[in-house]
Amino acid sequence: MGSLLTLGTLQTAMELGFIYSLVALALFLSYSMLNVCDLSTDGCFILGCAVGATVAISGHPYLAIFAAMGAGVLSGFITAQLQTRFGIESILAGIIVNTGLYTVNIFAMGNRSQISLNATDTVFTKAKALLAGTPFADYYKLIVAVLFVVAAAVLLVMFLRTRLGLSIRATGDNVDMVRASSINPARTITVGLCVSNALTALGGCLLGEYQKSSDIQVGTGMVTIALAALIIGETLSRGHGGIGRRVVFVIIGSCLYRIIMAIAMRLNMPASALKLVSAVIVAVAIAMPYVKQSLSDHRKKQAAMRISEEETEDVKC
Amino acid sequence: MLTLKHVTKTFHPGTANEKRALNDLSLRLETGEFVTIIGSNGAGKSTMFNAICGTFPVDEGAIFLDGKNMTGLPDYRRASVIGRVFQDPMKGTAPNMTIEENLALAYAKGTRGPLAFALNKKETGFLRDSLAEFGMGLEDRMKTKVGLLSGGQRQVVTLLMCTIVPPKLLLLDEHTAALDPATAQKVMEITNILVKRHCLTTMMITHNMSAALTTGTRTIMMDDGEILFDMSGEQRANTTLETLLSMYSAKKNQTFDTDRMLMPD
Ligand SMILES: Nc1ncnc2c1ncn2[C@@H]1O[C@H](COP(=O)(O)OP(=O)(O)OP(=O)(O)O)[C@@H](O)[C@H]1O
Ligand SMILES: [Mg+2]
Repeated sequence: MGSLLTLGTLQTAMELGFIYSLVALALFLSYSMLNVCDLSTDGCFILGCAVGATVAISGHPYLAIFAAMGAGVLSGFITAQLQTRFGIESILAGIIVNTGLYTVNIFAMGNRSQISLNATDTVFTKAKALLAGTPFADYYKLIVAVLFVVAAAVLLVMFLRTRLGLSIRATGDNVDMVRASSINPARTITVGLCVSNALTALGGCLLGEYQKSSDIQVGTGMVTIALAALIIGETLSRGHGGIGRRVVFVIIGSCLYRIIMAIAMRLNMPASALKLVSAVIVAVAIAMPYVKQSLSDHRKKQAAMRISEEETEDVKC
Repeated sequence: MLTLKHVTKTFHPGTANEKRALNDLSLRLETGEFVTIIGSNGAGKSTMFNAICGTFPVDEGAIFLDGKNMTGLPDYRRASVIGRVFQDPMKGTAPNMTIEENLALAYAKGTRGPLAFALNKKETGFLRDSLAEFGMGLEDRMKTKVGLLSGGQRQVVTLLMCTIVPPKLLLLDEHTAALDPATAQKVMEITNILVKRHCLTTMMITHNMSAALTTGTRTIMMDDGEILFDMSGEQRANTTLETLLSMYSAKKNQTFDTDRMLMPD
């Protein structure tokens, strides 16, 4: 094995990193901003994939994108209603919707658990045709992924700077203050989850078209993966700076995660070990800031202990 | 302006913890009145504010603001006309958002479409100038997260958030209790200025009895979920701290726990 990464694997990692970063951005909105742990993410990702694939197969490659996002909005809406109208704990609401989505997703794929997009026109095949013969021909997948993510990120940042976006951020921060500012938190949670799930579904749709297949398994563990990407990004940005900066770091986090996974694969790990690798990455990413803080506290304590020792000795003499 | 009609609220009814926090409370405020409210810990002062703001539904009675029955409205709907500084400095602001963002959210209160940008240059300038009036140097920290401020500084930001769009009713729950004496005085001065400038109908809870008598136009003492006495004008002007205390003991007909009443402000 020459190097850990070839240019080809790096490119694939970046492509996947960008596509999956849409889900990380979704969690950035629901988890970091709204403080809601949305466990319907897995199901919603497959929903986007399934709906997108079905619509694309029926001959509408562009409509597929919007249909997938629309389905995501619906799914987010239901999760939000369960929370705000029926008082179901947010984690439970996500689990319930996730469970129900399994059936919906099978249904969306025409009662199959897998459909192929091999002969279907998608945004990727369109881009491939468009870029054929240009110097960018080899990068068409990366270009499509980057374009979608940049558009989504710019819109997300702009959205978070609006009055509604600001109220969504405040809802996760201090719900009393939100009410006192005459904003209905049920509404901000609903809008937030709709937007967030639209992003998740968009990610699913793009992944399906990228892999040329939609599969009921494709979203399994998506929450963990996206959370890892999100936390790597948030750790790198240390939560400092404006929303724009943090969003960029979330995308970087997603790409980094994919690169780490690519390296793991190059090390000839069996496919079944990859889940463990990703679990370890998540745990390490989450624990890192805490461990760093503890270590520095420990050093300070040690230093403090030394001071008192010396002083007691002085008194004795 | 504000009317409370026979408002009753019992917490944990039917349990060992049953507590009648508001007992058939009736009160009427005219526009522009500035009422100070005193009473021992647990008298039901904050609970009365919660009832007015709609934090919980009341068991009995009704609440009117500007002739409109508000009793059935959710808290966030009432908040469009009520400004409130909570007793707890942590409650009024969002800690992970900057001073500027907090103020912007309050400033946009019901005035603009949800998809309008929350902050533009002109407004940042206005918000900054408004904060500068408090003379605490916070205007130089507009991009600081509110969670990094001290409790007192957070209360000042909250006070500005409550008044930046003049509300119909301003509720201040011991809003200077967390401040150092000099700042407390400063904030009290600014409160008076803001109340006068916008002609705000105001209710202010305080444990500082002399401040209660010298600030505003009317003073109410609460005890055990009821209004013990309510005075204004001549009668209030002639009341000293001593008469206030003796009035309280007479009403309560029991020894007065001075320590409890004269909580340092
Ligand atoms: N949410 C609640 N649940 C149960 N009991 C409550 C609740 N809020 C208030 N109480 C009870 O109601 C009574 C009045 O409380 P309240 O907070 O109104 O007092 P207060 O007059 O504001 O006192 P302080 O001067 O200490 O702020 C207290 O006995 C309190 O235990
Ligand atoms: Mg109180």
